[in-house]
Formats: sequence, structure tokens, C-alpha cells
Amino acid sequence: MSNEHSPQEGAVANEESGGVVATRDDEQSLPARFSNPGLAPHVHRLGDSDEKAARRSERQVAGLFTLSMIATVLFIVAYFTIGEKTSVTLPISGKVGALHAALGVTLAVSLLGIGLGAIHWAKTLMSDTEVVEERHVQRSDDEARDGAVKVVMDGVESSQFKRRPLIKYTLGGALGLFALPLGLQLVGGLGPAKDVADDLKTTLWDSEVPVLGPDGKPEMKDGKPVTRPRRLMRDPEGTAIRLSDVTLGSVFHVLPEGINDTADPLNQKVKASVILISLEEDKIKSARERNWGLNGVVAFSKICTHVGCPVGLYEQTTHHLLCPCHQSTFDLTEDCKVVFGPAKRPLPQLEIKVDDAGYLYAPHGFEEPVGPSFWERDR
Amino acid sequence: MSDTTTARSTADALRADDKKEAPAGNGGPVGAVANWVDERTGAAKGVRFLLKKVFPDHWSFMFGEMAMYSLVVLLITGTFLTFWFVPSMGETTYNGSYVPLQGVQMSEAFASTVKISMDVKGGLLIRQIHHWSALIFLVSIALHMFRVFFTGAFRKPRELNWIIGLLLAMLSMVEGFIGYSLPDDLLSGTGIRAMQGFILSIPVVGTYISYFLFGGGFPGHDIIPRFFTIHVLLLPAVLVGLFTAHILLVMVHKHTQYPGPGRTNKNVVGFPLMPVYAAKAGGFFFVVFGITTLIAGLVTINPIWAYGPYEPTMVTAGSQPDWYMGFADGALRLLPGFLEFTVLGFTFSFNIMIGAILMIPILWTIMGAYPFVEAWVTGDKNEHHILDRPRNQPTRTGLGMAAITFYGILFAACGNDIMAIKFNMSINDITRAFQIGLIIMPPIVFWVTKRLCLSLQRADREMVLHGRESGRIVRTGRGKFFEAHQNLDDFQRWPLVAYDAHAPIELPSATDENGVRRKGARKDRMRARLSHYYFKDRIEPVTPAELEAAHHDGQAHEAIESHPDEAEQGLMHGGAEEIGEAHAYGHPGEHADAGKN
Ligand code: HEM
Ligand code: FES
Repeated sequence: MSNEHSPQEGAVANEESGGVVATRDDEQSLPARFSNPGLAPHVHRLGDSDEKAARRSERQVAGLFTLSMIATVLFIVAYFTIGEKTSVTLPISGKVGALHAALGVTLAVSLLGIGLGAIHWAKTLMSDTEVVEERHVQRSDDEARDGAVKVVMDGVESSQFKRRPLIKYTLGGALGLFALPLGLQLVGGLGPAKDVADDLKTTLWDSEVPVLGPDGKPEMKDGKPVTRPRRLMRDPEGTAIRLSDVTLGSVFHVLPEGINDTADPLNQKVKASVILISLEEDKIKSARERNWGLNGVVAFSKICTHVGCPVGLYEQTTHHLLCPCHQSTFDLTEDCKVVFGPAKRPLPQLEIKVDDAGYLYAPHGFEEPVGPSFWERDR
Repeated sequence: MSDTTTARSTADALRADDKKEAPAGNGGPVGAVANWVDERTGAAKGVRFLLKKVFPDHWSFMFGEMAMYSLVVLLITGTFLTFWFVPSMGETTYNGSYVPLQGVQMSEAFASTVKISMDVKGGLLIRQIHHWSALIFLVSIALHMFRVFFTGAFRKPRELNWIIGLLLAMLSMVEGFIGYSLPDDLLSGTGIRAMQGFILSIPVVGTYISYFLFGGGFPGHDIIPRFFTIHVLLLPAVLVGLFTAHILLVMVHKHTQYPGPGRTNKNVVGFPLMPVYAAKAGGFFFVVFGITTLIAGLVTINPIWAYGPYEPTMVTAGSQPDWYMGFADGALRLLPGFLEFTVLGFTFSFNIMIGAILMIPILWTIMGAYPFVEAWVTGDKNEHHILDRPRNQPTRTGLGMAAITFYGILFAACGNDIMAIKFNMSINDITRAFQIGLIIMPPIVFWVTKRLCLSLQRADREMVLHGRESGRIVRTGRGKFFEAHQNLDDFQRWPLVAYDAHAPIELPSATDENGVRRKGARKDRMRARLSHYYFKDRIEPVTPAELEAAHHDGQAHEAIESHPDEAEQGLMHGGAEEIGEAHAYGHPGEHADAGKN
């Protein structure tokens, strides 16, 4: 046996040849490595020799299969007899639907009976003598390899692929391009490719609502409907908010007026939802924040600037707004800047004013895009 | 020759070949069918080949099977669910039997999921089995991967299967996430919203990908139907296809086996598919299905009726994804906000991108490259069918544990809010601790694991050289006590000595015989350095000569009795150290190194 490394010759292969492989001449000619002793003598199970034990195993296996059948029947019985409204209280699981639990347990026992029975059968009765199968290296022998190469080369030759470059290159081009129409159709049909960034940068607060006349119809002027900025409405009631309603420390979840009249209210809510909070005015450190609010009542976008969860938790003592998704924390007294967490940008503020009827409204939309960052955000 | 004779002679040939597996007697009904099929397909050859295949037995081989069976359970229960689930975001008002939701506006997807849970008899059970088996599926894939990694089953010729496996793991995660999104409940809607945020963070094309995927702005009306097609058609087809390739390769390679007496690199020792392995594996399918069903019947998961329909302005505290997405969510919680910045007016949100977009591809690339890196470092081009015991590859095992630590910390970080509440700690402190831990823990774990492996290897040497402690205390004539050690027999010893300790590759000289710098010298240097890093600390298996020597010293009870001084005691229980000093390591130059660490 040569000592060069051929692929067949793994570590164990060396050991198998035992003493033949290099021995250390300084040690009393013991082999350098131990050699594989071969399969250990087989130890028989009780059931292999003792017919009684084997019969016991048989009964156990049959018992498990029978258990499965019983559970199957019970499943059917439960399905037809247990009412859907009944519930039971189980240890650990607590209160669960009785039908659901009964179906689950009976089906489980039906399946486990078969499974455990089969495994028990295999372990106690089927032959447990190990079998040896030879392995062969994955590599094909040289003849097969040469044969494969030859078939390919012959094919290339007879197709004249090499000799006719014109065919070669045009085929390459055609194959390279043919998927384009399919790809184009797919991508082109999936979604709008226009005004994508504009959609992300605007919210419903940027547009106005028509003013209704006494007859309930939109008032018209010069052939155009008269409009006014949107009021802040309670979410989900949809009622307008007076400044006096916003008592110190109170929190309002707000949506723009008329949101349910839009084509896709959910799409609008994702961008336009706002949180309205009343603080003591002197707590507010930023002049702009004070100016955009009214006597300490301020409105901020409720959409987290991280990846867009609603920032729903307000901690009154610290004046912090907390996002439940990844715990970004915004300081309400200082432009809602990030004081903790993975978000980078402050929540955008919505300027609010009071109209003649005493209701809060937003004279204009947010000055910057709300929600998660995106590539074209600052363009 | 007439047709009938041909047929008979084929069947005869079959019988002649292997009496037991041929259809019984002169056929019988089964034999007749088998004959009919074989005459038209020639399937007998393949069937015989398949049924005689030998599979080695070990508990750790069960994880792959568990994954396979969970996949089957998922396919079965998933098909059931398609009969009732309505993949539509059309608005409807709930008027089913679940009182708290009556009159509530919701999507048809959500309404139909509530219907499956409340009004379809047994529907809830199917839903719960589907969800639980998805969780179990991904757990088994992870455990299966650990098994394959730590035993070195990814080495030649199985690198391809390692890569197919990685694809399976990644796609399974995606499949799970998408399935989780389908009911359109508050929790999953929040998940999709976050996903849209991730997509938006992709430079240049992020906004377009988002608008294409959602058919416009978030949430629009398209995402649920599109996800549905991906979840029930596209990904299952890909998963089943990849899985088939995976398992065919296992057949082609034949299963690996742990070192043991009679097991060599050229054979596979185990049980034939028919009947033992078929009964065990078939039984195991029912066990996996049964246990999943039991859990599903008793432990509620994802009670969407309690969450309510998705409403973009609402969110529940403690919202978390399914466990297998936890590590990505954890990464998002740990990445600091300063990683977002603008250049020339364009926004780069690395605080989001690293965790949500780049991390999985990067991790998967590293994992995919690992077998090739290791093969390059060891310079080993042989096929390997005997698995490594993890302790015999201390560096690989250490790297694996470090990776698991990294993953584990990200995973734990995903629960930072829950921990803060449960343990009444500051969320800031917890998050900071995780951020620091993520950087310092993996190296520490690497070092500890490697040391541990080396100690275990020494313990193996000890066992081989001095046998196992018998628990029998012997009193010598001089009144000294010692514990009698029982030597291992050949079969017990073999698994402990049947490994190769790689030696670091020597650096070939950087210049050729003429003193000219060789090409690739730098690459060689890097390889030698890596190889040194991998294998500088190593423990060689005991050689017959060492055993001989140990027996010579150890067995000499008389000798010990006649040298009652304390130092001699060491030889009775002798650590590898003592032996090592003398002649255990066979590479004295390295030995100082190994001792030092
Ligand atoms: C859908 C998911 C998967 C299924 C259903 C599956 C199933 C199996 C089964 C049944 C085996 C044979 C027995 C065993 O070793 O357990 C196997 C072998 C193997 N699997 Fe997977 N597996 C999956 C995912 C993975 C993953 C994630 C990896 C690694 C990244 C992987 C890598 C391998 C390798 C390298 C083998 C051959 C190992 C050997 O023969 O010892 N598999 N797989
Ligand atoms: S979405 Fe608010 S912190 Fe992540």
C-alpha cells in the first residue's frame, strides 16, 4: 500500500491495514495506531431466546395498536357529542374549549399508539443484528468520466456549435434575454412605479376637506368647492376635539377629519395617525414645539421613525413616549427626540390651532415625512 | 421467446436473487400486483436496492427526521386550512359566533381565520397543529444543523447537502413568517408593517420594492393574496423540491456514522430500511405527529381572536414574532440609532438594514463558506463518512458554540421588554448589557469551549490509558488504598482512539530554490497561520505504544506498593499530563504550547 493520499484512503483505511502502515522503529515494533477491532460480538435480547418475553412484547405492541383504535373511536364520539360552547379547565393549560381539547387528545393518542407500537415492535421483536453495507467513493471512475466528456464533446462537435460562432452568440443572447418579457410583465404589473416617494412624503393632513353649506352640500366658489384644513378627530370615535377637552396630562389618539371618506382609510391611517398630549407649558424646552402647540397641548406623529409601529405608550411622569416594538423612547418635552432605542429621528410634530367653533385643526401637514426612513426621504 | 416466458423468467431471476424479498409463493394477490407493476416499470430492482439500504442508528440523527415529518404534517394541515381560509383583504363586518368581535370591521382573511377557530368543528385543532408544527419544524432544523456542524457531517462529499440544507433553513423561516402574516390579525399586521419598514431601508430601490410588493402604499389590498400564493404554492414547491434533492443526496452518499468498532470510512453499519428502519422511522412519524397534536390540543398558540383584526393605529405591548424570527427582531433592538445618516441627501438606515436586510444573507454566506474554509485550512481532500466527536475538533466546536452564543444573545434581546417587566429592571440596562454581551461573549465562549474540549480529550486519553474507575477500593499490604481501574477492551477503546489530530500545515518557504519569491506565498502564509490557529492545541489519540507503557507503569501494583510516596499515586490515576511529559503527545515542540494554554 502506498503512503500517498488517494481519495479512497481515509484515516480509518490506514488503520485497517494495521501493522502494514508505518510502524515506529523506536518502539518495540508496535503499530503506530490502534486498528479497528471489527464489529463487537452481538448481545442478544431477552426476547430473542425467551419465547415468553417475546410474547409479552407482542401483547404490548398489540395493546398500543388497540389503544390507537379506541382513541380513534373516541375522537368520532367527541366530534358528534361535545358542544362547541362548552369549556373545561385543565391543569397547566387552564380553561380550554372542551371539544378542541378532546379532539386534540384523542387524535394524539390515536397517532401515538401507532407510532409507539411500531417502534416498540422494531426494538423488541425485529432483528437487531447490525448489517454492513459497503461504501464507494463518489467520484466516477476515469472511464465513466472520459465517457461523459466524450459524449458532451461529440454532441458539441456534431451540432457544429463551436464552428458556427454566429449561432453560439445569438443563442446566448436569446437565452439571456427571453426571461425579460416575463420579468417585465411581473414587475410592471405588481405595483405603481410612479409617485412612490411622494406618497410616502404626504399624509392626509396635507389636504383639506370641503366646507359643507347649510344644505349639506359642498359650498362652491368660482366653480370650485370651498375647503378648509382638517380637524383633529378622536380615534376611533371620529368626533372633533375642543381645546378645553384636552385637560392637563390627558392623551388623545387622533386621526384627520374625513379619513373614512378616502379610498383606502387604512393606508391613510398608517401615515396620518397622531397622538395629542397636554403638558405643562413650561416643561416644554423647545420654542418651536411650544409655538406649534397651544398652551402646552402638542400633537406628534404616532408612527415610530424606526420601522413604523404606532408609538402607543405614554409615561406621564417622565413625559416619554415609548414604542412597544423595539422600545424606542421619545422625549415629549424636547421635540420628541430619541432618548433611547434604535430609532434615529424625532417624531415629526403637527402644528395645531383652534378654529372659530373652538375645535382643534391642523393648518398644514407635517413638515417632514412620517414613519420609517427611506432612501429619498430628504430629497 | 414469448412474452409470458420473459415475464416468468424476470420474476424467477428476482427470486433467485433474493428469496425473501420476492413476492411470496406463487404470487398471491400482492405478488400479482407487484408482478403487474414490475412488468410495466421494472421497479423491483429499485425497490430491492432501496429496501436493503442500511441506516446507522443514533439519537442525534432524529433531528433531521423530525424536520422531515414536521414538514409532512405542515403540508397535510396546511392543505386542510386552505379549504376555509379566504385570502382577501376585502372589508367585512364580523357576524360569527364569537361575541366580543361581533359587529367589528375586519378583513375577510381575519374573519375566515376566526371562523376556522370558532365555527368550523375541529378547525381550531388543525390551525393549532399547523402553527405548532411550524415551530417544531424550525426547532428541528436548527438542532439538525447543530448536529451536522458539530460532527463535521458537512465535510466532503456532503458540502452540497450542507448548502441545500442552509437554503431549506432560510426558506423555512421565510415560509413561517409569511404564514404567520396570513390571518391579518393585530400582531401579524404589526409584523408586516415592520417588514415594510425594513424594505424601505434598502438603498435606492427600497421604496420601489415596497410599492411593488404591496401593490402601492402599505397596507393596500394585495399583500395577503400575494403572500397566500407564496405560502401555499411557491415556497412549499421549492421546499419540497430542495428537500427531495437533500434526501436523494443522503441516499447517494449513504448516511454518516459515529466512530465505533467495525465502522470504517468504507462501510455503513446499521439497520436495513426493511423492516427495522421503516418501522422505527414510520413509527417516529406518528410520534412526531402525535406529540404535536397533543401540544396543539392543550396549549393555545396565536389566539388571533383575542388580538383582534389589524388596525394600523393600534399595537399590543410585548409584541413579538415567532421564535425563529426572534434573532432578527433582537438585532433591531440592539442596533443603535446613530447608524442612520444621510449622504448627499440620501438616507442610509444601517440601524435597520444591518439587522433586517443584511444579517441573514451575511450569516448564511458565512455558514455556506465554512466547509470550504475548513477544508482549505486542513488541506484535507478525502471523503469523510465517520463523524467527528465534537471534542476531537476543539476549534470547530468552539467556533460553533461562539456562533450559537451570538445567535442566542440576539434571540434573548428580542425579549428585553418582557425581561424588564418580569424582573423589574431598566430596559436601558438590559439592552446595554446585551449590546456588550453580543461583542464580548462569543470569544469568551469560544475559548471556554475549546478548553473544555481539550479537557474532555485528555479525559479520553486517561480512560484509554488507565481504564475506568471501577469503584472498587483495594487495600494494599502496606495499608495504602487505591481504586482499582478496569481496562477498556478493544471495542470500548476503539471509539476513543479512532480519530486523527490534524497537525498545523508547515509554511512552505516563500522563495523557490533560486531565491525568487514564489507566487501565492502570501496565501500560503495565511493558510499556515489559520492552520496553526486551528490545530496548535491538539491532543493526539493514544497509541498502542503509550498504552503499553501505561500498563507497564500502572499495572505494577507491587511497584506502587514499594514506592508509597505521594508522587507515585499520580500514576495510578495518572492524568494525561504525566504521560504527556514523557511521551504522550508525539510532537514535543508543540507540547509546551498546549500545556501553556
Ligand atoms: C426542511 C428541512 C430539512 C429536512 C426535512 C431535513 C431532513 C434530513 C434528513 C431526514 C436527513 C437524514 C438523516 C439525518 O441526518 O438526520 C438529512 C441529512 C442531512 N442534512 Fe438535512 N434536513 C433539513 C434541513 C437541513 C439543514 C438546515 C441543514 C444544514 C444547513 C441540513 C444538512 C444536512 C446534511 C449535510 C445531511 C447529511 C448528513 C449525514 O448524512 O449525516 N439539513 N436531512
Ligand atoms: S418600530 Fe418603534 S422602535 Fe422599532
